[in-house]
Parts: sequence; structure tokens; C-alpha cells
Amino acid sequence: MTMPLATFATTRSADDRQPSPSVVLVDAGGTNIGSMRYALQRLGVQAPLTSDPETIRSAGKVILPGVGAAAPAMARLRASGLVELLRGLTQPVLGVCLGMQLLCAHSEEGGVDCLGVIPACVRRLQPAPGLRVPHMGWNRLRACAAHPLLEGLDDDAQAYFVHSYAVPVGDATLAVAEHGSAFSAVIARGNFQGMQFHPERSAAVGARLLHNFLAL
Amino acid sequence: MLSRRIIPCLDVRDGQVVKGVRFRDHAVVGGIVELALRYRDAGADELVFYDITASPERRAVDRAWVERVAREIDIPFCVAGGIRSVDEARAVLHAGADKVSINSPALERPALITELADAFGVQCVVVGVDSLRDGDGQWRVRQYTGDPSRAQALPWRTLDWVVEAQRLGAGEIVLNCMGSDGVRAGYDVAQLAQVRAVCAVPLIASGGAGTPEHFRDVFVRADVDGALAASVFHTGAVDINALKHWLAGQGMAVRVPTRQRMQVGS
Repeated sequence: MTMPLATFATTRSADDRQPSPSVVLVDAGGTNIGSMRYALQRLGVQAPLTSDPETIRSAGKVILPGVGAAAPAMARLRASGLVELLRGLTQPVLGVCLGMQLLCAHSEEGGVDCLGVIPACVRRLQPAPGLRVPHMGWNRLRACAAHPLLEGLDDDAQAYFVHSYAVPVGDATLAVAEHGSAFSAVIARGNFQGMQFHPERSAAVGARLLHNFLAL
Repeated sequence: MLSRRIIPCLDVRDGQVVKGVRFRDHAVVGGIVELALRYRDAGADELVFYDITASPERRAVDRAWVERVAREIDIPFCVAGGIRSVDEARAVLHAGADKVSINSPALERPALITELADAFGVQCVVVGVDSLRDGDGQWRVRQYTGDPSRAQALPWRTLDWVVEAQRLGAGEIVLNCMGSDGVRAGYDVAQLAQVRAVCAVPLIASGGAGTPEHFRDVFVRADVDGALAASVFHTGAVDINALKHWLAGQGMAVRVPTRQRMQVGS
């Protein structure tokens, strides 16, 4: 397939025989992986979807996408023997939406322990009058810490969210969004980072953030 | 704060985007991907593609164009038309759609809503409702509206069906107010406000947009989460970029098209 290519430091050409791909998508059994693959392709990156431990371990960057609920997703990672592997990764790792929540210590969704690489807990968004849950749509990002992941982000940047659970604002929070109250939109700890929104569906803002991750 | 969504609707027939008045007499507007990209660039928050003849012709939506759109588009999009099983929905979602919208098949077999919600989560399941006011003053649901020869009235009252659809697992409701569709005299704010009162999930208004004021009115007076329109965008009567700026100036929470740049320092 031919894709418009933009060249980034992390991109390898399609005929590069390098055995370990520069970026991989962890196959945790979610449905909507296609849009993330296409978003990476638009940035010139071919990211295979894999659950093979060696391919993941040797990748330059690892993306943990996620659609669905926390408990079944953790069960699938356990069944694939990926829990300890993911915890031990030292390259940049990005969790997206549920994938971000899986990086945390615990989720109220199904009362499940998650990967625990980011010291935070995932809580249900509380419905309130005029406040719809799931939180679905575009919302503004407000950076609250300096980090290369947020490099060049516009002040009025908005991203596309679809979720019913969220990480409260805490030490690992890099950017917040508000739905009733503030919650973590972007988190990071060491080599692990997470985005609660869908960068692959957040137009130029999302492309910029994915580009920043690929450049880490 | 959550932005109110502006959603161009692209009615798809035979691989092209078409538009009719009051659901009839469809004329070709343009190519699917070409229009999708144009609206993305103008600042559309989301796109809805209705394969308007799939349901009346009892065939599945063509997933080839869904995949073409998914490769090119970096905003969420929803596909509607002829999805009547979990397998057909999965094919569309795997092709890259973010949501599926079901309308006539949900009326044929309401359990389909629950099956889809269980399989993919409520956030993927949109229920479209075609609603028209009857002689007795009640809004009732219509079925197979893509084909005038098969379109039919149902005994379901619109408000009852909206409640039932949520109970079954709908994560979003699109209310197509057929009485105002295509005539650009404004959204049916009265009907939408009544539906809003019984709708706890996101509600999208459809049918009647003609001016920027119509969008403001439906957000302010019916508290809808999004406003969908087709002909005013297709003809250029309302420019999405200008509409967003105007709404922001009116104090509405909207996403004004960003100046976000890709490269450091640019």
C-alpha cells in the first residue's frame, strides 16, 4: 500500500530489513485498532499489531491501544503472557484511552489491578445534571507540566475523548481536561505515558502529539 | 468543557454523496473521500455517513469506502445504513469506523441494540430515529425512509422509542426531524427539547439547519450535544470554519479550528 510519507527520526523505510519494527501496537484484542494504524501510517510509520513477546520487547516504541473494559483487557494481557513483559519495558511506551488506564495501578472498572507502572488509580466519571457520561466529544487540553510529549501544543488545543472512567489529577499528570471536574488527559512516569483521548482521531492536535511520542 | 459538535452528514448512494429534500429526490453532491477531507479541513468535529439505500435494499454497507475514509480521515466518523448484525457492525468498525448507527434494523429487531452494546461498548452504538409529527399531534417513528416506496409509519411514539433505545444500550441518539429536514427553516427545537428531557446519553439534532443562528438556537434551547446538517454545508450556505468562530463569539463551547503545526518551531 502506498502512503504519503513524512520523515521522522524514528521512521524506517518500508524495505528496511531491520528485524525489530521501530513501533509496534500491542494486540490486546480491542476492535478499533485500524484507526491507530492509519494515523501512524499518515506519519510515515508502519506499526504491526502483535502479541509476540519478543517483537514487543525489541521494538523501539510500544503503543498499547485499548477499546473495551479494563477487566477483560487485563485478562487478555495475562492470557497472552504480556503483563510482566509490559511492566519491564524500558523503551517509550504509550497507552491510549483504555491503554492509558491499564498502565495505572488499579481501575474501578471491574475492580481490577492493572499494570501498575504509573502510580494512579482509575475512577468512574460521576454523572451530574447536564453532564453526560460517557464523556464523548472534543474537549480542551490544558498542559500543567513541561514534557517533550507536549512540545508545540497549542494553548487552545482540543482532543477527542470517549470514556466513562478517568485518572484523577495527580503527580503523573501532564495535561488535564474538564468534564464536571478536572481529570488527567495526559500522564507520564519514566518511559511510560498515557493519553486518555484518541490522538488518532484528534486531527492536527492528535497528529502532533503522536509525532512527539515518536520523537521521544 | 465539552465542545458542542458540528457534524456534516454525508448521505451515500452508489459510492457518491447525495442530498434530497425531505428525504426524497436525491442529487449527487460529490465524492465520499473528497467531501470528507474538505469538511475535516473546515473544522468538522465528526462525520456521519449514511448509506441511505442499504437498509431498504436489505444489503450490508459497502466496507471498501469505509476503509478509504478511515485511511484519510483523522476525526471520528460514524457509519449508518443496513447494519443488522454484530458481524456486519464488526466489519464496519474493523474497517476503521468509530461508531455504527442503526435505524430501521433496530426497529425490526430492538435486541440488536443490546447485542451491539455488549459486543463493542455503548460508545460505539448510535441509534438514529426518523421522527415525524402525525395528525394527532404526536411525534412517531418512521422506518425505511431512504426509499419513498417502502417508507412507513410505525406505532412507536418517538419519546417512547428514545427511552427504550437507551434502556437497550444506545450510547447516542441522532434525532432526524423529518418535518424540518432539507427546508432550512431551523431545527425542530420543540421536539428536540422534549427528547432531550428523556435522553441521558448524547443527543444529536438533525434536520432543518439553514443559518448559524439555527445552530446556536438548538444548542441553547434544546441543549443538544451536537448538530448535524448536510445541505447547508454541501452548498456552502454555511461555512463550518466561520460557523465555529461565530458560535465561539456567541459564548458557545466549540472547537475552533486549530492552528496546530506539526513541526517544531513552525
